[in-house]
Amino acid sequence: MLRVEQLSVNMGEFSLQSIDLQVGREDYFVVLGVSGAGKSLLLETIAGIVKPSGGHIYLNEEDITRKKIQSRGVGLLYQDHALFPHLTVVENIAYPLKGRYPAKRDAVKAVRDLAEQMSIQHLLHRKPGTLSGGEQQRVALARTLAMNPSVLLLDEPLASLDVQMKKDLRKLLRKINQDGMTILHVTHDYEEAITLGHKVAVLNEGKIIQTGSIADVFQHPRHAFTASFIGIKNFYSARFLPPDPNALPGLSCAQISPEISFFLQEQVPDGDGFIILEAEDITLSHTRPDSSARNNFKGTILEISPGIKGFEVTADIGIPVHAIITRHALDDLQLREGKDVWVSFKASALRFIAG
Amino acid sequence: MKTSIFQLILIFLGGLVLLFIVAPLLGIFLKTSPSDLFQTSQDPEVTRSIWLTLWTSMVATLVFSIGAIPLAFLLVRKRFRMKQLVLGIINLPVVIPHSAAGIAILGFVSRNTLMGKAASLAGFDFVSTPAGIALAMAFVSLPFLINAAMDGFAAVPVRLENAGLNLGASPARVFFSISLPLAWRSIVTGLILMFARGMSEFGAVVIVAYHPMITPVLIFERFGAFGLSYARPVAVLFILVSLAVFILLRLLTKDKSHAKS
Repeated sequence: MLRVEQLSVNMGEFSLQSIDLQVGREDYFVVLGVSGAGKSLLLETIAGIVKPSGGHIYLNEEDITRKKIQSRGVGLLYQDHALFPHLTVVENIAYPLKGRYPAKRDAVKAVRDLAEQMSIQHLLHRKPGTLSGGEQQRVALARTLAMNPSVLLLDEPLASLDVQMKKDLRKLLRKINQDGMTILHVTHDYEEAITLGHKVAVLNEGKIIQTGSIADVFQHPRHAFTASFIGIKNFYSARFLPPDPNALPGLSCAQISPEISFFLQEQVPDGDGFIILEAEDITLSHTRPDSSARNNFKGTILEISPGIKGFEVTADIGIPVHAIITRHALDDLQLREGKDVWVSFKASALRFIAG
Repeated sequence: MKTSIFQLILIFLGGLVLLFIVAPLLGIFLKTSPSDLFQTSQDPEVTRSIWLTLWTSMVATLVFSIGAIPLAFLLVRKRFRMKQLVLGIINLPVVIPHSAAGIAILGFVSRNTLMGKAASLAGFDFVSTPAGIALAMAFVSLPFLINAAMDGFAAVPVRLENAGLNLGASPARVFFSISLPLAWRSIVTGLILMFARGMSEFGAVVIVAYHPMITPVLIFERFGAFGLSYARPVAVLFILVSLAVFILLRLLTKDKSHAKS
């Protein structure tokens, strides 16, 4: 359907580098990345607005890399809607229909059908400047769908909407996808990816760093950046060492840095990989704990900040680790920034991801 | 709200400049009696020159806008080598003395030049004709239209034009349905400025075509031949006609000026 091969775009200080993507027919594909990652640039390149410096874009097996913008059949929905301010809603929606229907009656019917689908029938004679953000988004969506694109490119479509509008528009996008529209959606919000996407690619600093199904990417992040998206703060690259004869049987050793190694309960093959440690599984104490925890490190508190689940304590044990504790525990331990603390977690708390 | 000393100084200085503009105009109106004005308005030589001034400036504006508006669009949207040089060339007529501009145009269109010969073969002449007057007017007033149109196009978000292309429209359709309507207010301002500047031109026109006489040349001639009191009613009448035309043009184009981008 839509295939992007080794796509590179050079914009001077920023570039997209060797992007590979494959969006199947009727897929809902989400590209996840923070602001400035190159998401909008990727969509504009696929739409033909920006010329790539290398690589190819195929749509339905046709190479459209050098094809004119207006002949690509790729519908781009801009983040700020890009509605024509001097035209009414009906004129905006009808814009791509010029020359498509020989009879005006058919064009009018097409506009009415789209307006009905988007629930904007009552707005048809208004100017875009008088509409709310959610209404503008629906008009822009109707206008893009009016061109009957082969693939719909959505640039942060939910970014400027309130909670209820987001919910409604998500439902609408899901419906459009279920009706057969192939969608490539870029966003910085991983919840959008989870609730809408079938597949996800993570874009960071102009490179795709991970691609796969939603479950695969979010359960097995292969990059600290991906892990940070889903709230995993303790994500480390590690070298898994051969079993230590002095260690307890059944434990593996992961070297995080020359000075820091963690014990894992899993049997892990030698080589490189990643370690995930949930912040809630870390215990903090004043003295070395007398428990079964295999991983105990003395460190210094760098930062304490309130969060949704409790207080996040960042301690330096040679590498930064993030623990979440309750207010009660914070008061009991009288923790404060700069104070020494013992950081402990069980070998079973560590999750291994192969490199 | 209390007015500070600094604000008072600003008001005083600004007031002086306003007075400098208003006082001579007020003086010329106060010194012209309604009967003189009426008599002048009945003078065929005066009315003929006013009509000639109006229509030659209008023709110059309309004819040259066909190329000037696309040029403004290109200058805003395209990057090319020597763009700064082109922008400098466009503004050249504003900085050179207009009598020098007249000499330059005459050298370009007089009967012994290539252009003059070509025009002559086509059956018309630029020297001492309305066509020459229009050419001289256009030369000195074009920068006003181009610069205003450039401001208008620059204010149109490129994103909207790209959205139009993405929706399947051709570049020509995008230009006429998006860029031009959104830049319209600035373009209209530019057209009016060009028209006004053309109407008031004297230096370049007097060299290319002393006859037929446009009003600024007629005012000059009456001042030289008969003195201030003969030139003044023509000047007042011309100012009144100009004001009426601009107000009318503004009213006519007001509803079409939906350039909020």
